[in-house]
Amino acid sequence: MSPPLEKAAKCEVSFIVNGEAKKVLAHPMERLLDVLRNDLGLTGAKEGCGEGECGSCSVLLDGMLVNSCLIPVAQANGASIVTIEGMSAHDLMKPLQEAFLECGGAQCGICTPGMILAAVHLLEKKPEPALADIQEGLAGNLCRCTGYMQIFEAVTRAARQRAAQ
Amino acid sequence: MTVRHIVGASVPRKEGWDKVTGAARYVDDMVLPGMLYGATVRSTIARGKIKKITFGPGIAWKEYVVVSAKDIPGKNCIALILDDQPCLAADSVNHPEEPILLLAHADRHKLRKAVDAVAIEYEPLPPVHTIEESEQKSTIIWGADNTFKNFLVEKGDVDAVWKEAAHVVEGEYFTGAQEQLYIENNGMIAAYDAEHGVTVWGSLQCPYYVHKALMTLFALSEEKVRVVQMETGGAFGGKEEYPSMIAGHAALLAMKSGRPVKIIYDRTEDMVATTKRHPSRTRHRTAVSKDGKILGGEIEFAIDGGAYATLSSVVLSRGTIHAGGPYYWPSVRIRTKAVATNSPPHGAFRGFGAPQSLFAMERHMDRIAQVVGISPIEIRRRNFLKPGKTTTTEQTIRENIDLHHLLDRALELSNYAAKKKRFEEENKTATRKKGIGIAAFLHGAGFTGSGERYLNSLVGVEATADGSVRVLVSSAEFGQGTNTVLCQITAEALGLPYESVAIAQPDTTVVPNSGPTVASRTAMIVGKLVQSAAQGIKQALTKTDLLSDDYTPQQFRDACREYIATHGALKSLARYEAPADVFWDDEKYRGEAYAAFAWAVYVAEVTVDLTTYSVTVDDFVALQEVGKVINPVLAAGQITGGVAQGIGFTLYEKVVWQNGCMMNNQMTNYIMPTSVDLPPIRVFFEELGNVHGAHGAKGIGELPMDGPAPAILNAIEDATGVRFCAIPLLPEDLLDALGSESPELDVSSLARGSP
Repeated sequence: MSPPLEKAAKCEVSFIVNGEAKKVLAHPMERLLDVLRNDLGLTGAKEGCGEGECGSCSVLLDGMLVNSCLIPVAQANGASIVTIEGMSAHDLMKPLQEAFLECGGAQCGICTPGMILAAVHLLEKKPEPALADIQEGLAGNLCRCTGYMQIFEAVTRAARQRAAQ
Repeated sequence: MTVRHIVGASVPRKEGWDKVTGAARYVDDMVLPGMLYGATVRSTIARGKIKKITFGPGIAWKEYVVVSAKDIPGKNCIALILDDQPCLAADSVNHPEEPILLLAHADRHKLRKAVDAVAIEYEPLPPVHTIEESEQKSTIIWGADNTFKNFLVEKGDVDAVWKEAAHVVEGEYFTGAQEQLYIENNGMIAAYDAEHGVTVWGSLQCPYYVHKALMTLFALSEEKVRVVQMETGGAFGGKEEYPSMIAGHAALLAMKSGRPVKIIYDRTEDMVATTKRHPSRTRHRTAVSKDGKILGGEIEFAIDGGAYATLSSVVLSRGTIHAGGPYYWPSVRIRTKAVATNSPPHGAFRGFGAPQSLFAMERHMDRIAQVVGISPIEIRRRNFLKPGKTTTTEQTIRENIDLHHLLDRALELSNYAAKKKRFEEENKTATRKKGIGIAAFLHGAGFTGSGERYLNSLVGVEATADGSVRVLVSSAEFGQGTNTVLCQITAEALGLPYESVAIAQPDTTVVPNSGPTVASRTAMIVGKLVQSAAQGIKQALTKTDLLSDDYTPQQFRDACREYIATHGALKSLARYEAPADVFWDDEKYRGEAYAAFAWAVYVAEVTVDLTTYSVTVDDFVALQEVGKVINPVLAAGQITGGVAQGIGFTLYEKVVWQNGCMMNNQMTNYIMPTSVDLPPIRVFFEELGNVHGAHGAKGIGELPMDGPAPAILNAIEDATGVRFCAIPLLPEDLLDALGSESPELDVSSLARGSP
């Protein structure tokens, strides 16, 4: 169930979402996750736990990897937000998506958008990560299906592929 | 006919691209016009009578749709096996979080306060919270004796073996509840109208279970109930039976309001209210010869089923049949029971009773080895089942399995002997003690006993005029690879490229009932039927001389077009036929329990830190014989995921109970393994084949859940010399045991938690 918000007055929030300027009318404490999913129809970010443990709702906020379930929408005012839907042009996406498919990094798929965003964020900082870097970089994103092994392999493969280009 | 060997190739996951782009549609991603949101008012006590329901002040109740048991048009139950679980409690409650009322409102944010504003007065009744309290029967909470089901397996003359025995080895073993913790919470959307009846879209494993439950709940005929499975974000058994409850709730609200209703649980509600793995207790008393041969034994296996029967009898059955492990028992008596307690019903979870009884068996084997004075390796070698020998249910092993070879290979892959020697030496001075342990086990594929016969599954394959082929099954994809594997089998059977085969979204108006997506049955049983249905398409085309035996995809397309122009449609169905040599006696619990077993030897290497009392698993070798591996990448993913979940079951995941209610129902305090917690999980397959499975496949999904717990506890004992008999085993449990002076302390009670 969503937190009760009816007492707070709605306010206008302006931000850039996937490169486009957007304005929404929302309760200031409404979760960014809900605004993205319900008001903007960007359902790639998923709710897994609602308390910042699982990372399924990961988005990039001014380049930082954040759990959108923990961000009150008022806090995102003026920010630039990128969701999985806005990542297709990123040069890391294709190698990561292909590697996830080839290595079996996506099973049920519910953690996958967040996991791929976390992987992009990691590879931007560390283009040639060691296994420990990958483990650390993805530690905020839970996966119950894979045991992470295939995800590590996919990230490693994508990094190598990009390095070879 | 150039496309070959799609089976055995790691083709990409059928729905993979949608998943890696975020385009895949899960139930919470779906919105219907005019949709309301639903919420559930639940009991706050474990057991009692409902005296009074008050709708408190401060809520505009007129805006809400309210549903109670009185609004149920059919039978107030979740139809499954015994139909004892109400959809909504009417007069009494039998567990905390039992659904009593349903509310719906157009504004999601207005639900929580309203749920909290409903005050329910109870007349409390004494609850029962443990297996021990339940079996004392001083308070009867279910049926005549608190017992959902008993099984008795008897082989040979157990009573005669005790006097021959050189050793009688006893042990008692416990496993805790475990949350499935799929990352996508449970959810459903329902719509209702008088003409079409009920439609639900949801996150689920078994479309026809939900279908049956809704027919009963609404007293509707089968064509008036439609169930559609959306992309499902993990299940692990946790979406086998409970989705029927949520579907019923959403549909009742939809009927009363006349609008579509969405119910999505948040994590806390999902964890506190839905099913978990059955807690268990296993007692072994084993007669062993001087040289370490099992002569016979008694095994008592008990599981805590929670407040209603749900699937406990079937979970108990699988646990019963697996209780003897991969060993030859000349005689055995296995007495098992599923008992009632006042907690939410425990339910299906990967392994389904087998991880519990195999944990006990494999810990007990190490104990027997100690008593006899031989190694954990040798005790297993001396007792392994082999071709021609019979299992505890007197099923003769017909396949050519060589467990000695499997064990040898696992020892080699894990470098067992060298490590064992090195750890013994280093442990003399280290405060970080290292150990290595093994577990050998088996897992039956498909429904137990006569189960597949009763399921009587039906599948279809259809071709269209443009030569595209579609698989029609109710078997659901929830990450394990159903879509991909069944398309591979079909493509292989038809000699077509993988890309030209699709699979229908499970929708009960479109797909036949191929049974539930459970019990490691999809690749083996459903796969074989799909193979047969696909061959039917080919036969239809060759018999009508539209196609020769050797053809190109283009010729196949042309033939389909011509066939459909003449006959209207090209569809082939295949129904399960029980193999003639698979016989099961439900009365005596004897016979061919499973058409095939998968076999495995797992090796775990651990470090026990005596400063922090933490255990880390440093290396994990998972070697298994699973018949033909249809898709190596997906198969390996099943094993690594299962092992990770098994490591969680063993070392991290503790359900803290209070008055029958889970207290740590958050990801913050119920801890599953993260990316930094796991060892390299090294997966190896052997492929003996299996005459009962598609291309020789066996079941694989549940198997990896069975081995980690005993292998890790065996390794911890190897490291510390302390015999732990209960999981989960958390650092505080190790501290309690290792911090004390007596290594013989009975630590079992410490790690069990207190329900």
